[in-house]
Amino acid sequence: MYRMASYDEPLLSELPASRDTDDIDELPLPGDLRRDRLDIPRLDERTLVRHYIHLSQMNYGVDTGIYPLGSCTMKYNPRLGERLAARHRMTLLHPHQDASTVQGILEILYHLKEQLCAITGMHAFSLQPAAGAHGEFTGMLIARAYHEQQGEQRSEVILPDSAHGTNPASAKMAGFDVVEIPSREGHVDLDALREALSEDTAAFMLTNPNTLGVFERDILEIAAMVKEAGALLYYDGANLNAIMGKARPGDMGFDIVHLNPHKTFATPHGGGGPGAGPVGVTAELEPYLPVPRVARDGDGYTWSYDHPRSIGRVSHFHGNVPVLLKTYAYLLRMGAGLQQVAEQAVLNANYLLSRLDDGAYTLPYPGRRMHEFVVSAEPLKDKGIRALDIAKRLLDHGFHPPTMYFPLTVPEALMIEPTESESRASLDAYAEGLNAVAVEEPEVLQRAPQLTPVKRIDEAKAARTPLLTWHDLEGQQ
Amino acid sequence: MDDMLDALDLDDVDDLFADIPEEIRIDALDLPPGMPEQEVERHVDGLLDSNRSFRDMPSFLGGGIQPHYVPPAVEHVVARSEFLTSYTPYQPEVSQGILQAMFEYQSVVCELTGMDVANVSMYDAATALGEAAGMAARSTRGSLFLIPENLAPEKKSVLGNYLWSTDLEVREIPVVDGRVDLDAAMHLAKDAAGIYLEQPNYYGLTENRVDAVKALAGETDALLVMGVDPLLAAVTRPPSAYGADVVIGDGWFGCPMNYGGVRLGMFACKRKHVRQMPGRIIGATSDSDGKRAFCMTMQTREQHIRRERATSNICTNQALAAVAFAAYAGLHGATGLQCLAAENMRRARYAAEQLADIGFELPYDGHFFNEFVAVPPVDAKLLNDRLLRQGIHGGLPLREGPGNALLYGVTEMHTRDMIDDMIAATADVIGGNDV
Repeated sequence: MYRMASYDEPLLSELPASRDTDDIDELPLPGDLRRDRLDIPRLDERTLVRHYIHLSQMNYGVDTGIYPLGSCTMKYNPRLGERLAARHRMTLLHPHQDASTVQGILEILYHLKEQLCAITGMHAFSLQPAAGAHGEFTGMLIARAYHEQQGEQRSEVILPDSAHGTNPASAKMAGFDVVEIPSREGHVDLDALREALSEDTAAFMLTNPNTLGVFERDILEIAAMVKEAGALLYYDGANLNAIMGKARPGDMGFDIVHLNPHKTFATPHGGGGPGAGPVGVTAELEPYLPVPRVARDGDGYTWSYDHPRSIGRVSHFHGNVPVLLKTYAYLLRMGAGLQQVAEQAVLNANYLLSRLDDGAYTLPYPGRRMHEFVVSAEPLKDKGIRALDIAKRLLDHGFHPPTMYFPLTVPEALMIEPTESESRASLDAYAEGLNAVAVEEPEVLQRAPQLTPVKRIDEAKAARTPLLTWHDLEGQQ
Repeated sequence: MDDMLDALDLDDVDDLFADIPEEIRIDALDLPPGMPEQEVERHVDGLLDSNRSFRDMPSFLGGGIQPHYVPPAVEHVVARSEFLTSYTPYQPEVSQGILQAMFEYQSVVCELTGMDVANVSMYDAATALGEAAGMAARSTRGSLFLIPENLAPEKKSVLGNYLWSTDLEVREIPVVDGRVDLDAAMHLAKDAAGIYLEQPNYYGLTENRVDAVKALAGETDALLVMGVDPLLAAVTRPPSAYGADVVIGDGWFGCPMNYGGVRLGMFACKRKHVRQMPGRIIGATSDSDGKRAFCMTMQTREQHIRRERATSNICTNQALAAVAFAAYAGLHGATGLQCLAAENMRRARYAAEQLADIGFELPYDGHFFNEFVAVPPVDAKLLNDRLLRQGIHGGLPLREGPGNALLYGVTEMHTRDMIDDMIAATADVIGGNDV
């Protein structure tokens, strides 16, 4: 069974400082501009590397084992992308270089946009957004610009109660009021949607399959209703992994989509980033995409700026280009085989679901699941066991827990997305882990984890008494 | 696959997709078949090889991003797969490594800026500026957000998008002799919700009248937002010393240029503003045995809890760049960073002096960091085209500001030989001897 290493690792500021010191050279700065002191420790390379190796050994990654966070698509990250992203003809490029000196990367970005169009059925893409939520914000700005161009002031964005938190936050940042509609039996409630749609509706944001892992079968009717109201349909690409090669958002009637290469296209998530958030639109919305855009220029490629209806920029430069390069390599490697990725991902989720003890973990709402599923641990609540306790005890069994308490519509939710990367044996082991935990003594669960580098963490204390730097910690002692 | 289908009593994997309406089902993607790994590598390398990197072609481009040396130890640290392949640390008991590394990053940023709190992290400095302006809109009553007239045009565009939905109006503070006119700023300050200044500014110039900035901050309730370069911050008075409320910047420590890609947006502020702060914050706490531990904290500001009432929509950020940042800072230490800052200034100054010697005008007096504006005695575009033919990339043509000007960037990566070669080639173009 997997056990994580454990160190009482000092902070950088607590490690023995290097014996090397630099004499500070004469500074070409006036005295009143100069600072008196700066307290950053200097460590020799060996000490520093050991420090971070110790830290890394107290961290769980996809390379460590199954990481089935629902909604996060934590699939294995092929290493070719890392090798290519480390080439000096990637790393040592300046974003303002003359186009004639960056034809290679421009061609890559151009083809990547074509690949994304083929996968999603959209007409055009911008690669500038740096993350999924950044893509949502970009999409909402595009919706706003479009409606203003039509001479309409539409102030509302509708979304289902199961939506990711970024959806309402992004809509709000772009200046929209958020209207949340309840779901019915795990689906969009068409009556509620009809009721909410009006001439004030700018867009309806939807994830499909939705956050329960259920495909919205009424999608064509939803699209028709939204279009009828003069609003735009927005696709949150978090769950695209389920449908690649089976169906495309563009064909479903979506007007704007954002994708998450750090989920769907296997680029590593880096402990919270960098990711990327490409945004795709219909031909009608293309004029509003950010600038500059990679374009063909005779036999070559260039950045084009002359798009008067564009919303402008959302990033200083061209987005997280290395992430986009890795995406391109992944898509070349997989090609049309992305369909098998979706099939295996959906099969894995359904298989794992079938192996769970349904006395402990109930499946809310009837119907089929796709690449992920949400179970409720409510049956265990009578024994005093909460979803949190299950998650923490799974850590002792050497597994990374599922997403907890999301979506908000399911009590004691555990949201599980194994991805296509896991083998049957791995899925069996995970199911056994979940089932075993459910029959352990409640006190064992409530005390868990005991076998990790630190035991259960007091998160309430962290919020109550914010200690946010090593200075704060020194002040405590 | 078949055995798993059997276990589910299914004949065909397609049965699992039965909820997708027939009308929108597709048989296959319009993509070529997958390529073997080795062919993908050859293909992508073939494309990359038509790029000319800093190694192929010395470049003197400025514009807010420059080449810097990345120590191999930093590369090694961020390539550790436990960091690289982890998700946001939602389960802190198995994420202590990256949580502590992020906590250390916050500490280093606060040390550099004099702020109390730093988040981990924004996408880049431009989006950090947008978020800071949004924070000003929420926190104060003013109606203006003041920016330097000579702010990078890209930042102006991003800021416009972040402020589109607010009532704040962006107003430009006039620039005199390359620096903001602080007296003009003083006049606008009474209506301002926020004031944004940079150290160094887009032209690379240091803001020398820090006492005037301090007076400006004292005059108004507006948030004073400072944009800094972290390396220059290692030698200059911290923004806290002249009244900054928020400090942002391009956190390039340990990151190559990557065509403008992966690095991070620094965002730090005073403690009193922390509830309005966007982004992830890591806090120290203890586990059930009382042992020191780290976790994400103050999450009630964030979108996954607060939804449309969150301080920002940000979720995925540039976390791994924060690990690189702290490792880079730790390898250099305060003295190493200060020496490096001095080296950048010396080399930039040397290049500027050499350009002046061959007839360039340096339109602005005073100190600058590692970028500077210079006006060639010939057409700037023609100069750059001719240099390019000789395998040298000249300065960045400025779209705004003085005519025919180039923004040069010079760092520790530019050897004396590189600078001398660029100067010689430039002199040849000016003299018409380059053909």
